[in-house]
Amino acid sequence: MNDEINCDLAVVGAGMTGMAASLFAANRGVDTVQIGVASQIIFSSGLLDLLGVHPVEEGNTWDDPFLALDQLIADLPDHPYARVEKSHILKAFQEVTGFLAEGGLVYQVNEGRNTHVITSLGTLKPTYGVPRTMWNSVKALEEKRPGLIIDIKGLRGFSALQITETLKPVWPGLRHARILFPDMQSTQELYTEPMARSLAVPENRKKLADLIRPLAKDVGIVGLPAILGMQDSHDVQQHLEEMIGLPLFEIPTMPPSIPGLRIRETFEMKLPEKGVRLQYQNRVSQISRDKDAFLLEIGSNSPVSRVRARGVILATGRFLGKGLYADRKLIREPLLNLPVYQPGIRPDWHRFDFMDPRGHLINRAGLEIDDRFRPLDNSGKPVFDNLFAAGSILAHQDWMRMKCGSGMAMATAYAAVNAFIERD
Amino acid sequence: MNNLQTQVLIIGGGITGAGIARDLSLRGINCILAERYDVNAGASGANHGLLHSGARYVSNDATAAEECRQEGALLKKLAPDCIDDTGGLFVAIQGDDDNFVADFPGLCARSGIEARSVSLEEAREMEPVLSDKLVAAYQVPDASVDPFKLTLENILQARSLGSTLLRHSEVLGFEIDQRRIVRTRLKNLLTNEDFFVEAEQVVNASGAWAKSVAALAGCPVDLLYSKGSLLVTHNRITQKVINRLRPSSNADILVPGGTVSILGTTSIRIENLDAIYPTVKEIDFILEEGSAMIPALEKTRYIRAYSGVRPLLGSTTAGDDRSVSRGFALLDHQENGLDNLATVTGGKLTTYRLMAEKAADLICSRLGISTPCLTRTEPLPSGAGAKWTKPGLTPKLWAKHHDPDDLLLCECEMVPKSVVDSLISSIHQQNGTPDLKALGVRSRIGKGACQGTFCALRTSAYLYDVGEVSRDEGLNGIRAFISERWRGIRPLLWETPLIQAELQEAIYCGMFGLEIGQKTEPQRSEVGKQ
Repeated sequence: MNDEINCDLAVVGAGMTGMAASLFAANRGVDTVQIGVASQIIFSSGLLDLLGVHPVEEGNTWDDPFLALDQLIADLPDHPYARVEKSHILKAFQEVTGFLAEGGLVYQVNEGRNTHVITSLGTLKPTYGVPRTMWNSVKALEEKRPGLIIDIKGLRGFSALQITETLKPVWPGLRHARILFPDMQSTQELYTEPMARSLAVPENRKKLADLIRPLAKDVGIVGLPAILGMQDSHDVQQHLEEMIGLPLFEIPTMPPSIPGLRIRETFEMKLPEKGVRLQYQNRVSQISRDKDAFLLEIGSNSPVSRVRARGVILATGRFLGKGLYADRKLIREPLLNLPVYQPGIRPDWHRFDFMDPRGHLINRAGLEIDDRFRPLDNSGKPVFDNLFAAGSILAHQDWMRMKCGSGMAMATAYAAVNAFIERD
Repeated sequence: MNNLQTQVLIIGGGITGAGIARDLSLRGINCILAERYDVNAGASGANHGLLHSGARYVSNDATAAEECRQEGALLKKLAPDCIDDTGGLFVAIQGDDDNFVADFPGLCARSGIEARSVSLEEAREMEPVLSDKLVAAYQVPDASVDPFKLTLENILQARSLGSTLLRHSEVLGFEIDQRRIVRTRLKNLLTNEDFFVEAEQVVNASGAWAKSVAALAGCPVDLLYSKGSLLVTHNRITQKVINRLRPSSNADILVPGGTVSILGTTSIRIENLDAIYPTVKEIDFILEEGSAMIPALEKTRYIRAYSGVRPLLGSTTAGDDRSVSRGFALLDHQENGLDNLATVTGGKLTTYRLMAEKAADLICSRLGISTPCLTRTEPLPSGAGAKWTKPGLTPKLWAKHHDPDDLLLCECEMVPKSVVDSLISSIHQQNGTPDLKALGVRSRIGKGACQGTFCALRTSAYLYDVGEVSRDEGLNGIRAFISERWRGIRPLLWETPLIQAELQEAIYCGMFGLEIGQKTEPQRSEVGKQ
């Protein structure tokens, strides 16, 4: 084992919650180490949801996420949002999007209101923060402007025809066309990341623009799968728009999704500049106590390093992130064996219908916390004074149905970091 | 209103109906095969895929044992493409009934079934996963059969001889005049349009639904319903069929099928046919029982579960449903005052051909046709449209003749575009709609480790591209497909499959919002007594 790293705060988890927590801590001068494998974020669409649906059983979508929040907090006092000071929810969002913008990743919001973004299925997904690369679609959809959706031969699961067909009732003036991506083996499966990276080269952008321009003669906007560059998406989009002579917009694809990857790369690039020490190659395999401090073993088979921290924020996510684990009988928190709030027995975990609007009870399972975001033991007391939890590992929420994933991640990370600082 | 004419209307698109359609067509008789949903929607599509040697029945049903032995041997010869002749083992473990074990070889001999005693050492050499508590083992000529391919091949040949398959066609009622069914009224469930079929003879081969179909004609059929649930493993666990050497009980058969194995079953009496899905309780029970025989079954990964209903004859019999006859019934409804209706139900996948032959003999005698049955000697042709259901086949072919332009739509099971193309055209030939569900029935799409998450999206996009779906049909197709698969996944959600389910929901609901605006279905619960 290498030497021991000392820090004030260890953030465990490298999803949106862990990233946001590290940012907030660093911005407040806290000496922070962040550990985790940032793999899940590529499943993110890159849209920053605040709150879209409440109550889920009624499928009620909201234009104003802040009114929705009031209602949610009144109806579900155990929801993690209910423990965050209300003004902090927007503050947290703005601090993260401000940071992403410094890294070139600009998010737009519709003056405090939710926006409906077109997905690769042609559905309209309510969200709050919209990547600038997707923003042009909002106005064009409103105006029902004649448009062209482009897809790419070899990119599976993205059909321009599907999008135009599904959108027909709300956006009838859409056409579709297919192109061969410049210089890519057109007879193979194509993936979004190599295409997005290839557009860093201006010559490739020119070739792409030359393909699209003749197809887009009689339209006012062009939609594409989300491949318009990585950190350089702003330049890529602007350059292509100049050459084509039309506004463009991206449509988020099925995973792996470039907008999710852009968020990860921006954090990875910019957090170290803020002084955060990142350990993104390995997971934390064990957490133990040494007097009042925590010792975190990093790496599973042979621990590669150890972190000693005065406080820990657990942002390990749910089952996909390995923050929770279920065998046939029980849901557990594997790192500290914290008590997990859960529906009684396995027959109760999932509904008989996948799309049951009430959502599955297992998705409300998770860690219960106090107002200072400290996980509770079975008697309702904080397990440790300096252990905090944030994000989707928390109980009494269903981010997938409520469309509140990113917002809840940021707001709870904000609250957890504040609680750590206040305690200190 | 549409009025179709044929010599024989067969109701039920499972293996029995398909077998009758082929048998009659080979005798030169024109048939319409009407199926409410899709082929093998009932028990024919929800069983082990076991071609019984008969050994399973030697102790309690010598007739069934002998029928299985004869029919099993015939099918191995006549339909080899549908069968994987794996051989089988009967194994007893500590605590199993010694007397039953001692009687087994003699009972097999009585029914003419080859059962070779195998030393424990040899048995474990054949199948290293067997429990170390093994006390006896016998080798028997069990095999594994692909029920989808078998049914589809029967239908394909019937169609090539001029008969017709009508999917999504539900029988609503019969018009009866002077002891005869004059017309049968059906509804096309896709278009919601009613239509009629005029036939000289009507055969009710609707399996567990035989009672309700016969009731539409005022004829009683005495049926019991026994639900059985099964589990599909992620990997193939054994090379041979493994049977527990004890009186038939829960979870005592493990059947290999290509790259997977199938473990089951339960036997739960149900009162009606609305609740045919596996429950968590059943699955846990199967796991506990099955792992006594093969301990690895406790820790292995399962891909999905499914349930079928055994139609059992005679509601007056009490006791375990397994002791009720597994034989089949051919009911001539003349005694109920109808001269041109017969019901055939019960039986087993292994004996489907015999059931079809007996039913076809009755129909022919009523029609005054004396052409003999040909299915006893005529091999079952192997058509191109019916081969994509076999686990592990598409990866093999894809690796062999990979055309770089032939993109994989399903990566877990390696189903390429070209397979979907050929399925689309064969579904069109059968007047069907090639939606995701129909493709799923005919291929491995959705049956791999991703539980349909990625392949449903890719295949749906492809269906739009080739113009098979438009507007929001594709989205509804995805919802229907995922809901269908969910039934079989829901009871298996722990460890890795639970993570997979969470990813699926994150994409389908979190990212695409596909659940928004959907209606709640009526509440279901874990019903059925064990």
